[in-house]
Amino acid sequence: MAERDDSGRSVPFRGGGFLPRSLGVVGPLVLFAVIGIWELGSRAGLIPALVLPAPSEALAALADLLESGLLWKHVSASVQRLVLGWTLGTVLGIAVGASIGLFSLARAGMAPLVAALFPIPKIALLPLFVIWFGIGEGSKVATILFGTFFPTVVATYGGVDNVDRTLIRMGQSFGLSWFSIVRKIILPGALPAILPGFRISAAIAIVLLVAAEMIAAEFGIGAYILLAGSLMATDELIAGVAILSVLGLSVNWLIARAERFLLRWRL
Amino acid sequence: MELRLAGLHHAYGDVEVLRGISLEIPAGRIVCIIGPSGCGKSTLLRLIGGLEQPDRGRVSQIGETPPGSLNPLTYIFQDFALLPWRTVEGNVRLALEDHHLGRNETARIVDDVLSRTRLAEFRAAFPRQLSGGMKQRVAIARALSVSPAFLLMDEPLSALDAQIRELLMDDLIELWSRERFSAVYVTHNLHEAVRLGHRVVVLSRRPGQVREILEIDLPLDARAAHGRELEGHRHRLWSLLRDEAQAAELELVGG
Repeated sequence: MAERDDSGRSVPFRGGGFLPRSLGVVGPLVLFAVIGIWELGSRAGLIPALVLPAPSEALAALADLLESGLLWKHVSASVQRLVLGWTLGTVLGIAVGASIGLFSLARAGMAPLVAALFPIPKIALLPLFVIWFGIGEGSKVATILFGTFFPTVVATYGGVDNVDRTLIRMGQSFGLSWFSIVRKIILPGALPAILPGFRISAAIAIVLLVAAEMIAAEFGIGAYILLAGSLMATDELIAGVAILSVLGLSVNWLIARAERFLLRWRL
Repeated sequence: MELRLAGLHHAYGDVEVLRGISLEIPAGRIVCIIGPSGCGKSTLLRLIGGLEQPDRGRVSQIGETPPGSLNPLTYIFQDFALLPWRTVEGNVRLALEDHHLGRNETARIVDDVLSRTRLAEFRAAFPRQLSGGMKQRVAIARALSVSPAFLLMDEPLSALDAQIRELLMDDLIELWSRERFSAVYVTHNLHEAVRLGHRVVVLSRRPGQVREILEIDLPLDARAAHGRELEGHRHRLWSLLRDEAQAAELELVGG
């Protein structure tokens, strides 16, 4: 009977799980634990200083760098190259990607070219860029620009292709001009595909930045790491890597902010 | 302004969807087009509003476009077609922006249509925050903002649940009683057709041809009280459609 609680067995619960919960403190906790074990290992002599210097030594190297005023010089040189190369690559990439998405001629002509050039590691072209754009800033910015350009093109035209056709039809039915349809319907509709492309292109840009700075750069995080490596100054090397990590995290944070702002209609 | 369809034929590749459609669509009335699924009713509506071109035949506009009409032939879509990144107000503005009416005039029209569709307090909401019925009311507000001579409605209530459909139908009837708009209303729902149609055009299965045209003389706002008479019309429509629908059901998709 329905009134009796103890009749029969209760149905076993089979749902639940597969839903990632946010556990905010776990991430930083793991990070600090890893650094703590590493520091203890170094102090106890289990990790030889030449193989892997203690975090405290890397921190000291970072403090030296800050005191000498070189930290700012290295970081600003790198950030300038990164911002210039990434911005130019992204602007050109969105322009070319949008034309591939909008014009059949551009698609027929450019899409195979992009497909052929996309998989080339741009580092392999670096010597060529040095010949074309000079050994100074030109080749470094160009490397980042090319590295950023291709993923942005692919993300943009994929996004344009996926814009809901009924929305475009709606725009036409209200007599919107071609330009209005592109600006008010197609580009905002492609944005959810373009923004994740930014994360990929930013990561590629940082990798290429370091590689490019390893060739004939006086300042820059890559130059600093290269110098530290050739002097076997592993504490400085680790400090340089930590700066890169912070740079990458900051870029990611900025993109996440931009995403949250530009795609707030989607939440 | 009236519309005249003369001998419309249309095919997608080898599949003939419409054959010899000739119709007069008068002003100030709602013409329902009804037929089994796949009979080309939505294609017909796209031909009427110029979103597609017929292979043969012509859609012509008889008489002058009413003055002040920004977009004489205006669609209302089944899936609402609202821009998810614009608010209710922004979606209505979209239809007006290209006409460069000036800030005051635009604001006046937006306020007017939002109050006519009882959406004024939701103007800052995004589409994802709205129910299906509300979304369709936004689409109706957007359509009204351009003062259409004809509303072309493509199964506007089909994506909504039955209760919301009833409510929105009442809204449409009230709106028509006030404004006497002209409309072509495509549906597969007999109930909607007999509630809203002054004239019901029955299409055959593919290739769609006009099978019968039924006039329903009862005033729209009095129909709810004349259930029996409506039921008679509904029954008659169903007897016309049943065989067609059954035959259409058994066809292979795309065959």
